Amino acid sequence: MTYEQLLTETALANEQVIVMTAENRALVRNLPGILGKRFIDTGITEQTMIGAAAGLALRGRIPVVHALAAFLTMRAFEFVRTDLGISGLPAKLSGFIPGLLSDGNGPTHQAIEDVAIMRGIPNVTVFAPADEDDLVKMLPQIWQSAQPAYTRINTRQTGYTHAPFVLGKAEVIAEGTDVTILTYGLLFEQALVALEILQSEGLSVGLINMRSLKPVDEQAILTASAQSKLVVTLEDHFVTGGLYTIVAEVLLKHQTTANVLPIALNNKWFKPALLPHVLQHEGFTGKQIAERILGYKTAHHQPEILTPEFSE
Amino acid sequence: MNTFNEQELRATALNVREHIVRMSTDGGCFTGASLSAVDLIVYLYSEFLNVNADNLTDPNRDYLFLSKGHDVPALYGTFAELGLLDKTRLNNHLSITDHIYWHPNTHIPGIEFHSGSLGHLPSVAIGVAMDIKISGGSNKVVCILGDGELNEGTCWEAMLVANAYKLDNLIFVVDRNHFQANVRTEDLIPLEPLADKFAAFGAAVKRINGHDFTALHETFNAYPFEEGKVNVVIADTVRGKGLPSIQERADRWFCNFNADEIEQLLLELHSQQATQLTSETLVVR
Repeated sequence: MTYEQLLTETALANEQVIVMTAENRALVRNLPGILGKRFIDTGITEQTMIGAAAGLALRGRIPVVHALAAFLTMRAFEFVRTDLGISGLPAKLSGFIPGLLSDGNGPTHQAIEDVAIMRGIPNVTVFAPADEDDLVKMLPQIWQSAQPAYTRINTRQTGYTHAPFVLGKAEVIAEGTDVTILTYGLLFEQALVALEILQSEGLSVGLINMRSLKPVDEQAILTASAQSKLVVTLEDHFVTGGLYTIVAEVLLKHQTTANVLPIALNNKWFKPALLPHVLQHEGFTGKQIAERILGYKTAHHQPEILTPEFSE
Repeated sequence: MNTFNEQELRATALNVREHIVRMSTDGGCFTGASLSAVDLIVYLYSEFLNVNADNLTDPNRDYLFLSKGHDVPALYGTFAELGLLDKTRLNNHLSITDHIYWHPNTHIPGIEFHSGSLGHLPSVAIGVAMDIKISGGSNKVVCILGDGELNEGTCWEAMLVANAYKLDNLIFVVDRNHFQANVRTEDLIPLEPLADKFAAFGAAVKRINGHDFTALHETFNAYPFEEGKVNVVIADTVRGKGLPSIQERADRWFCNFNADEIEQLLLELHSQQATQLTSETLVVR
């Protein structure tokens, strides 16, 4: 199932669902014809779209709102915070090409602080699926919840079959005593590669797909920190405000600590190019991640990374 | 009115269009949106703006802000033709080793400001125009906007402020290609009567064919249009201009052609006979 098929089914089953976009139609190509008046394209007006979503939600509708993640979360930030955050109205934000997925667009289109700013808004929940299978398993609960939600849309295929989603719970892929990688979104694909390399180097390795970043699975973080000598937070996000910060907050809250290695974008925008080259250049391929954890080079092979079908 | 060599401008614009076609593969670019802006950009840098390879950091140079942003292949191509950018660098489009990507950035000398998020540069251009007024300069400030971009509220805030501060040294040029990413502007968020809208905001407005060099020359020679008023040029253009096979097609905005199509399209630029395209069309923004 694709994102668009799921959204179509959901909207046809529930008359209250309204599909909105600020002229970003990549995920909703066929919906204008199917939904008629329940498809609203406000043009390139992210702020007005969010305000209108609040108005629709005020009347009992469930708006599923689309734009590029950078403009949805940052151009419209104060509208999300004030119109959706304060009211707690259940608009559902779908941010397209978040993180490294904006590949060749450049810093203007890089949503790599979106987790930090969205999770800082009271009432707003934040989700980051690992791939398309994860995405379609997560969205029904996200859309049914009574709260505003921001989802980092990720339609990559990894071939991994995910466990059923429980809102607020992480997905434990593997458990290990030497190192546990905590990750979300696009980099799950590379974490699977890293997992295999680290295991073949003789380490006991855990891997957790965080999925729900707010509410976050505190127990999963605490267990991994207690079980493993090293915890790695792996994210295509600035190191500030994302998973590394979430882990720090959870550990402090429970008056404990851990040996944590953050692999993230450290206070810089990434070099724009096609995705496989970006991953390599920024040190986010599975092989590079594994070698960074190991502290030495290996002879392992990095599997080919597919360029997205379209990138904007 | 000073003279200008229309034939030379046409030849330059054709070369720029070839550069754009060559950048429309191996990842692709915003081909249609770039082709509509070519004649405007070539005219402005060739005839109107005091910008050249030797004055790029001179505070007395003129400024061009490309707010539309995704038409930057037209700017890369123009810079290459006018000697501001080494032509071989165009081969580095989307390469991790260079800075030639889908939106403008200041790693390329001559690009005044980064863009890509729509509706930002009208206000940056206002700041520059304000300083030129404050410091008594005579530089001109041009800001190229997309018509879809006019959806963004900040464009209209900028018009209010430009009017309030009587910025007659500032020229907003609208690349009016009648499309936003996936649809015709008038089918989604209608803009017409556009000239009346700008006039109601206090601007001195001229509307011309943005592919007609004579009209461009007459219009920009009339700068400043009216003392104390911000200048607006609505340039009616055609998305995909020069390539009949993609002209005016909603699904040919971002294009990533295969190698065979690129060869065909380069021929099409000269013959104006539409090519049969086989690559997938994209509905994106």
